[in-house]
Amino acid sequence: MAAKQKRGSLLSDIARNRFSYLIALPALVYVAIFSYSAYSYMIIAFQKYDYRHSGFLAMLTRNKWVGLENFRFFFASRNALQVTRNTLYLNFLFIVVGTFVSVLLALMLNELRCARFAKSAQAVMLFPSYISWIVISYILLSLFSNEYGIVVKLMGRLGMEHVNWYTSADRWPAILVIVKTLKNSGMNSIIFLAAIAGIDTTINESARIDGASRFQIATRVTLPLIMPTVMIMTLLSVGRIMYGDFGMIYAFVGDNGTLYRTTDIIDTYLFRALRRVGDPAQAMAIGMFQSVIGFVMVCGSNAIVRRFYPEGALY
Amino acid sequence: MKKYSLPNFLISAAVFLYSAACLLPFLLTLAVSFSDESSIMRNGYSFLPDKLSLYAYRLMFQGGSKVMNGYLISIAVTLAGTLGALLITGMAAYMLANKMVKYRNLFGLIFFIPMVFSAGTVPWYLINRRLGLYDNIAALIIPSLLFNPFNLFLVRNFMSGIPDSLRESATIDGAHDMTIAFRIYFPLSMPVLATVGLFYGLAYWNDWWNAIMLIDSQDMYPIQYLLLQLQSQLSMLRDLQYMAGAIGVTPPTESLKMATAVITIGPIIMLYPFLQRYYVKGLIVGSVKG
Repeated sequence: MAAKQKRGSLLSDIARNRFSYLIALPALVYVAIFSYSAYSYMIIAFQKYDYRHSGFLAMLTRNKWVGLENFRFFFASRNALQVTRNTLYLNFLFIVVGTFVSVLLALMLNELRCARFAKSAQAVMLFPSYISWIVISYILLSLFSNEYGIVVKLMGRLGMEHVNWYTSADRWPAILVIVKTLKNSGMNSIIFLAAIAGIDTTINESARIDGASRFQIATRVTLPLIMPTVMIMTLLSVGRIMYGDFGMIYAFVGDNGTLYRTTDIIDTYLFRALRRVGDPAQAMAIGMFQSVIGFVMVCGSNAIVRRFYPEGALY
Repeated sequence: MKKYSLPNFLISAAVFLYSAACLLPFLLTLAVSFSDESSIMRNGYSFLPDKLSLYAYRLMFQGGSKVMNGYLISIAVTLAGTLGALLITGMAAYMLANKMVKYRNLFGLIFFIPMVFSAGTVPWYLINRRLGLYDNIAALIIPSLLFNPFNLFLVRNFMSGIPDSLRESATIDGAHDMTIAFRIYFPLSMPVLATVGLFYGLAYWNDWWNAIMLIDSQDMYPIQYLLLQLQSQLSMLRDLQYMAGAIGVTPPTESLKMATAVITIGPIIMLYPFLQRYYVKGLIVGSVKG
């Protein structure tokens, strides 16, 4: 049918399939407003923003242009370095530890011989990934709360020095990495497990006939074969390395300034500029810095992978 | 292959320990929520409290309590949001999957670009304010209706697999696309709509981003955001003293906090079998094709 149609313009296509276009209209209006008109607001990074002039034209003509002032303000503060470093460092740790653990989990789940045990273990592992960071922050509180926390109590009983976890900034990167890994690795391992399931079984068979042990098959056959998937997943994370996990950091740290030194990230800093200080222009400058570097990271990491490991590249 | 060998045992033990690490902290929270406040004061949080108490839960489900209010708001927002988002997604997906529409790939691209490059938080915030999506229930629903176009492509891929002959014969019988979508395509797409519905439902239930950005009034806090607010002990104590003042007992601060966290997980546990079936499957399909 489609081949028989004459080449027509968009308008004639709309006329022919008006109900099809009509049915997609709500979604189209939605992206037009929430995604496409949003791009125009990016110019306020170079302005002093005034809430009275929020229409696009008013924004262009009435707001005061300040050049790179908003950027200068951000980079002149020592916060810029701190939040950028924290964002990159924490994400780096999340990627390395998270990928390692979820690949390991997938390999181990694949080796389990008792299907029922594997299934229930998986069901349990997925549980934390369905839960919001706020609920997790309560679970964390039941472990580390200064007065009643079970870890604090246990350490006391073992005669260790009392630690106030919610004021010792240096311990938080480790806590964040462990909690994030526990929350997400179960879900991520499913993707790797699906990749393992896609491997041709005859490859495993022939390796076994050649006398490879189970450990050798896992490390020398299975692992290299799922490597493209691992690379793609890692690449996707590296592309988002400038974007921290606002939900996690804000739920755990909130406005607890004593922990900012190691936990404050670009996203939480931007949030405070927007909602606590109330300066959208300043926040937009930070956001623009984030997305520009983020974009460079996507292209850069992909170029490197394409050069050295073409199967794992995104494009 | 032998079922009982040392490697098998070690692997099983490792998997078991990892699962325990996922589950035990939650069980601790559950135990604290059922603990009597005095036993928490004496011994701290513990898996096996000396004295059990349902007081925290009773207080929570008292009429007019803030927790109850937040819970109801979350339920309403999740239901309305999931239905609305499913409808918008399903309808747009039908157009993208309709091979009669010549420019469907162009429109697919229109939906795809914002996924790769989004303007960010600030424009999103300003647009919502400009549209009046601020400090009202709609601000909790509308800003995330299509928050992830990934779902749209998931549904489109499924609908593309439905044979065209169905559409053609319906057209010959005089049905137009609207009817075909609602009467033929949606019922046939039930599995993928269930998956995407769970994605949306879970996201709406766990969402507090919209609340922290767009809600100021306390009586419109959804349960997740209320929970975040309850963390600051002070505001908590004030409310509790007010509530417990009428009964004349010490407020169960600690157990009430944990009980609120527990009831927040309630719906997720109820949906667990479906999550296992549809959510995980959708994730695998999405990651393979996407």
